[in-house]
Amino acid sequence: MSDVAPISIAFAAMPITLTINGHERRLSVEPWVTLLDLLREREDLTGSKKGCDHGQCGACTVLVDGRRMNSCLKLAVSLDGASITTIEGLAEGDRLDPLQQAFMDHDAFQCGYCTPGQICSAKGLLNEGRARTRDEVREMMSGNLCRCGAYTNIVDAVMQVLESRGQIKEAAE
Amino acid sequence: MNVLQNVGIGSAINRVDGLQKVTGRARYAAEHPVPGLLHGVIVSGAIPKGRIVTLEDSEARAVPGVVEVLSHKNRPHVAWFDRSHKDMVAPPGSPFKALYDDKILFSGQPIALVIAESFEVARYAASLVRASYEVEPHNTDFHKAQAERFMPSKKRDTYHPPKNRGDADAAFAAAPVKVSAEYHLATEHHNPMEMHASTVVWEGDGSLTVFDKTQGPQNVRDYLAGVFGMSASTIRVMNPFVGGAFGSGLRPQYQVYLAVMAARMLQRSVRVVMTRQQMFTHGHRPEALQSVQLGAERDGTMTAIRNSATTSTSRYENNMEDVVIWGMMNYACENAAGEYAIAPVDTATSTDMRAPGAATGMTFFEMAVDELAYAAGIDPLEFRLKNYSETDQMNGTPFTSKALREAYAEGAEAFGWSRRSQAPRSMKEGRELVGWGVATGMWDAMFSKTSASARLSANGHLEVASAASDIGTGTYTVMTQAAADTLGLPVEQIAVRLGDSSLPKAPVEGGSWMAASVGAAVQLACRSVAEKLLSAAAKMQNSPLAGASMEAVRFSGGRIALRDDPARGVAITEVMRASGTDVIAVEETASAGISGMISQMRKSRNTHSAIFVEVRVDEELGVVRVTRVVNAVAAGRIINPKTARSQILGGVVMGISMALHEESMTDHRYGRFMNHNYAEYHVPVNADIHDIQVIFVDEPDPEVTPLGVKGLGEIGIVGTAAAVANAIFHATGKRVRALPITIDKLVDDTVAP
Ligand code: FES
Ligand code: FES
Repeated sequence: MSDVAPISIAFAAMPITLTINGHERRLSVEPWVTLLDLLREREDLTGSKKGCDHGQCGACTVLVDGRRMNSCLKLAVSLDGASITTIEGLAEGDRLDPLQQAFMDHDAFQCGYCTPGQICSAKGLLNEGRARTRDEVREMMSGNLCRCGAYTNIVDAVMQVLESRGQIKEAAE
Repeated sequence: MNVLQNVGIGSAINRVDGLQKVTGRARYAAEHPVPGLLHGVIVSGAIPKGRIVTLEDSEARAVPGVVEVLSHKNRPHVAWFDRSHKDMVAPPGSPFKALYDDKILFSGQPIALVIAESFEVARYAASLVRASYEVEPHNTDFHKAQAERFMPSKKRDTYHPPKNRGDADAAFAAAPVKVSAEYHLATEHHNPMEMHASTVVWEGDGSLTVFDKTQGPQNVRDYLAGVFGMSASTIRVMNPFVGGAFGSGLRPQYQVYLAVMAARMLQRSVRVVMTRQQMFTHGHRPEALQSVQLGAERDGTMTAIRNSATTSTSRYENNMEDVVIWGMMNYACENAAGEYAIAPVDTATSTDMRAPGAATGMTFFEMAVDELAYAAGIDPLEFRLKNYSETDQMNGTPFTSKALREAYAEGAEAFGWSRRSQAPRSMKEGRELVGWGVATGMWDAMFSKTSASARLSANGHLEVASAASDIGTGTYTVMTQAAADTLGLPVEQIAVRLGDSSLPKAPVEGGSWMAASVGAAVQLACRSVAEKLLSAAAKMQNSPLAGASMEAVRFSGGRIALRDDPARGVAITEVMRASGTDVIAVEETASAGISGMISQMRKSRNTHSAIFVEVRVDEELGVVRVTRVVNAVAAGRIINPKTARSQILGGVVMGISMALHEESMTDHRYGRFMNHNYAEYHVPVNADIHDIQVIFVDEPDPEVTPLGVKGLGEIGIVGTAAAVANAIFHATGKRVRALPITIDKLVDDTVAP
């Protein structure tokens, strides 16, 4: 085992710049730190959740330059210069994002642990502009597990926002 | 003029903790910031049974940033006696004590805790801890374990033995129509989205604040006090938000034990979070085998029930469930015999998971009832109605209420059951076989002694508090509504505190008793505040309420007014001001025995449900889609139709999951659950779940609990898997008697005519 160098010597922390929820942050990060752990453990942004750490549940979904991503699968150092939006950055002051309000109105959660990931994922879905029917929303929201089983309410919430944005396709296909 | 919205019991207000949840401000166990926090990563053992011979941690210790490696070799003292390690819901036996000695009892058992200045360093160093073992023979094959099937002399206190009636053997032998079937349920793991985690804050004076993922903060507090010989007053356990649990948080899990052990040893704050893989190394729904034999007359009158089951437990504790009693209670049948035992395997002890016992036993019973209905050539819904019982057949007692007949009727109507054709494989559409199935659900309507405090301030702000938990079940909202109902205050003026062991005593959140129990406690406390207010109001000069009794007044819109003449009244803040009162603070306890609950022994208390399911089965591929579910629930009074509906939706999704997806697969050579992650342990995703309609049947029941509430946490799952399985039979003509019904079991011979 003598050929294994102590890790702190082999890799020094690297400087990166991230824009997190609109704030520019100059950070010094070891290369093995994931975006999720950076947010939760070092930036005190615990809204992004860890449900598996393996890209299997979607609880850690955030928006990276507007695209939804599993932050547990991204090493922070690979994102130098990127703009990150987490659940904490969706509302503008007291004005909730329409998705946040719709999730409350449709009771689209119980324990709430998957919720930030669901909402960020739905935000990414809206940005993609691909989902126009219930079935498409169900399919394209399937990267986000909800063990409390709030799925039908989640679809209702997302559909309401799609509808209000005129992105809906009439059911008849 | 603003129209006052009714926010009391019965109104569908939004979940009051919703804003915190959608903004990411709700903090769960691993999310409370603490300066100077250390991170612990658990090292899991590699063998199912035997002993640790060597444990090599020098490489781990050499990693810069590592503070300590805890193992059985260097752990600080913990209590010797088993009883000091027993939590309030522990089954009989000898509880698992992490790092206690060199013995290995199950695969994945924690063998060390690496503590470091950062999570990443701890995780890396944990990978460098090496152990060697002396392996002993083990068995994790439940079918083999049947040879060791036994009934423990010391039973779990929640266990209800079946009570036999008539002569089931003779009746079964004589029955002209009969079925006999063996059913199997795979082990399931709760897998709440939040992994078990604890943040232990070292307060400097030796006292601890522990943020834990638990369904019972006072259970964890008392457990830690016993294990570490601490005074309970020096431990405060907090769980303001819990990311699901479904039973996995009833007992304290080993991460809290390890985190507290490390914090006390190092005199620093420590956080320990399990990995998803480690979520498969503690409680799980027991694997089950059930044998159901049913007999009937040719006209479909049930004459014989023989119901026998075995569930799995560990070698060190005897976990038991009520598996066989449900069908014996529910059906009118003169002869019934039940029999139940457990069988040990070398895994961690099984534990309660959503509707323990009933989710297994009622599901299989309802699958057998479907078989019997078909054997008698009768529509399965009609068959159930024919054998309907108004009374609890096993205990010979009436129910406080049982609106199951109404649930069948309303569910069938909403589903369109009358359009069903009886023959299997008769409803094909395109490439898909369509099947409709029905089943019955049943659970207990329990009540547990609970205390709550209420504190009204001069500005009309009310705080209600109890050491209850909200695991997604809506306890915050229920407490708010119970308070609003009693004192007529708007939601914005009510604050709820829960999830804190220092608050008034409450039971663990489980068994579906929380809403009924804490709701009643809050109501009592608020009523006591109301009485004090009224007596102060009556003493005001020229009081319009002078001499008025509690019955004569109404608390509404922040005022106390005469029922008969609502214009005559006073504002609550005015009463506080006039009487010079800064605060009214009370604490009350709701226990069984208050208001009409004396009949606890003489009547049965249960929730019921009727579940209707449509499946579509791709005949070539064996893919099953559950396209429609109607679940009609009779559960007494509904506190909040919105959050109540969500509870049932969640139960239904887990029931579909039980029917089609969930299975912890063991490689018996290693005695280990191999699919220990979310990619291989399947739970439904959004695309798996289609239409679900929830109906609450009107069921006024002033007797069952003080608020007439029966609870909803479990009933949604019970019977759902049976309805799916029965629908699959109707679609395919194939009875699959082992859950989950995976594709391999269906393609086996669905194609062959
Ligand atoms: S935590 Fe990232 S996908 Fe599960
Ligand atoms: S709300 Fe609990 S996991 Fe989705």
